[in-house]
Amino acid sequence: MKTVFTRTPTLKDCPTHYCPGCGHGIAHRLVAEAIDELGIRGQTLGIAPVGCAVLAYDYLDVDMVEVAHGRAPAVATGMKRTNPDKIIFSYQGDGDLAAIGTAEIIHAAHRGEQITVIFINNAVFGMTGGQMAPTTLAGQVTTTTPLGRNAEQQGYPLQVSELLAILPGAVYIERCALHRPALIRDAKRAVKHAFELQVNSTKGLSLVELLSPCPTAWRMTPAQAVEWMENEMIRVFPLGRLKG
Amino acid sequence: MCGNEALAEAAIIAGLDAYFGYPITPQNEITAYMSRRMPEENRVFLQSESELAAINMVFGASATGKRAMTTSSSPGISLMQEGISYLAGAELPAVVVNVMRGGPGLGNIAPSQGDYFQATRGGGHGDYRTIVLGPSSVQELVDCMPLAFDLADQYRMTVVILADGILGQMMEPIVFDKKPRRKLPAKNWALTGADGREQNIVRSLWLKEGVVEQHNYDLQAKYKEVKKNEVLCEQYEVDDAEIVVVAYGVAARIVRSAVEKARQDGIKAGWIRPITLWPFPTEQISRAADELRIFLVVEMSCGQMVEDVKLAVAGKVPVLFYGRPGGGVPTVEQIFEKIKNLTIPVKQKG
Repeated sequence: MKTVFTRTPTLKDCPTHYCPGCGHGIAHRLVAEAIDELGIRGQTLGIAPVGCAVLAYDYLDVDMVEVAHGRAPAVATGMKRTNPDKIIFSYQGDGDLAAIGTAEIIHAAHRGEQITVIFINNAVFGMTGGQMAPTTLAGQVTTTTPLGRNAEQQGYPLQVSELLAILPGAVYIERCALHRPALIRDAKRAVKHAFELQVNSTKGLSLVELLSPCPTAWRMTPAQAVEWMENEMIRVFPLGRLKG
Repeated sequence: MCGNEALAEAAIIAGLDAYFGYPITPQNEITAYMSRRMPEENRVFLQSESELAAINMVFGASATGKRAMTTSSSPGISLMQEGISYLAGAELPAVVVNVMRGGPGLGNIAPSQGDYFQATRGGGHGDYRTIVLGPSSVQELVDCMPLAFDLADQYRMTVVILADGILGQMMEPIVFDKKPRRKLPAKNWALTGADGREQNIVRSLWLKEGVVEQHNYDLQAKYKEVKKNEVLCEQYEVDDAEIVVVAYGVAARIVRSAVEKARQDGIKAGWIRPITLWPFPTEQISRAADELRIFLVVEMSCGQMVEDVKLAVAGKVPVLFYGRPGGGVPTVEQIFEKIKNLTIPVKQKG
């Protein structure tokens, strides 16, 4: 019998703490596969965020640091500037990157830091119980928008990737999604490309936004979550390459 | 060279790999100096977008085993407290210079010692300490830098240098010390890439029951070692003194002149100058309080270090306070008058 698919070595052989239908497990695998395919495990330093993926170091077998909410791009800057030969990536959610860490991501991109950012957008704060995030869709019900997000009072969903794409320091920005196998394959290409740019010392920040299901916070079944992403979320967050 | 530039050069000599800073008065000479000198040495200088970012850049560089530092003044140091707490939790070395100015809030840009509580009590959330050095001359500021980096690396702690606007701006002749220093443990915890070894993880979150409790006990054990080994303080004519004046930093220089003046006037005065503000010279002050005498604490604040002096004296003798906050600097005359007024009743008693 021929083995056609195995766990990639950088993804540890253990169950994750993620909820059924969550996209983090898939995103972790894509990161691990990109690292292994590029052969950079021994030179990669990762940054785990505050949020559901705070324990990413329990699943990704590379040197990792856990940092304060939103500050990953600043920490990554300190790491890369002092270690230009290392591959630095941060893995951040939308509460982390699009709310409390807006200044850090904008300025890291603005300076053209040679780092890779994996940005998980699930339109809520997951870990704290499904509160409104800047990325929450208009009308979306969350713990802190019980009547649905009223865009006139609480703002429209923030499209961080579009904001970053206009900065000269951002070399590559792409939005992908994790709710269908074909899209996951495409996301894999994007994640690998983002790392590859850094491996090739391409000046500038590379970021892949991954739209990711959160059935628990969305109060949906995994199947409903996939449908909601297809019918609602990708309309507000259109997929595709925004820069580079 | 002004104090700010001198401390910057001393940090470079001490092996600083990366400097991250954000402009704030009265310490802008440091960022300007670093922006010129660090690239000359092929080391990292970066002006961050905020103090929040600066301390987290230090965090990142330190996590990879590099010597990193940031500098700021009071309002900026407040913003760094989040990062300093994370540095403490993750046990990463860092050096932070606070060239204190008047507060609270935006306050002013005049010299102050109003951040003593913040520095010596940790400053951010959680049960932690930072090592705090309070130099009182430009030479001592310069000597503090290699010591700060060594202490930070040895104990994997943040070392805060508590200077003030006067020290930062003042010019004095200095000598840079290039002697070999402490033998330090290897940074085998640092993130250098898991090449042929197991992954290293630098973290401050531990969710399993009892783990953070144990982590705190371990931190406290480390702090106890620091207390045992690293206290620095200077004393002057304490033995026969009826009044001992306690002051640190620039205030201690003014106190020294006032005490000398008092001695010339026949008043038996002496002084104690803590150099490490944490660990505090509790034992030295406690011993000095075994004799019947008065303690006077002088600060450029409304009274912060005086609490540590009272803890050390433990009610054995009276502890009085004189201070001027918000940029007010006590004069030699003012302190001398205090000393004179306080010693009269003691003499009458005798």
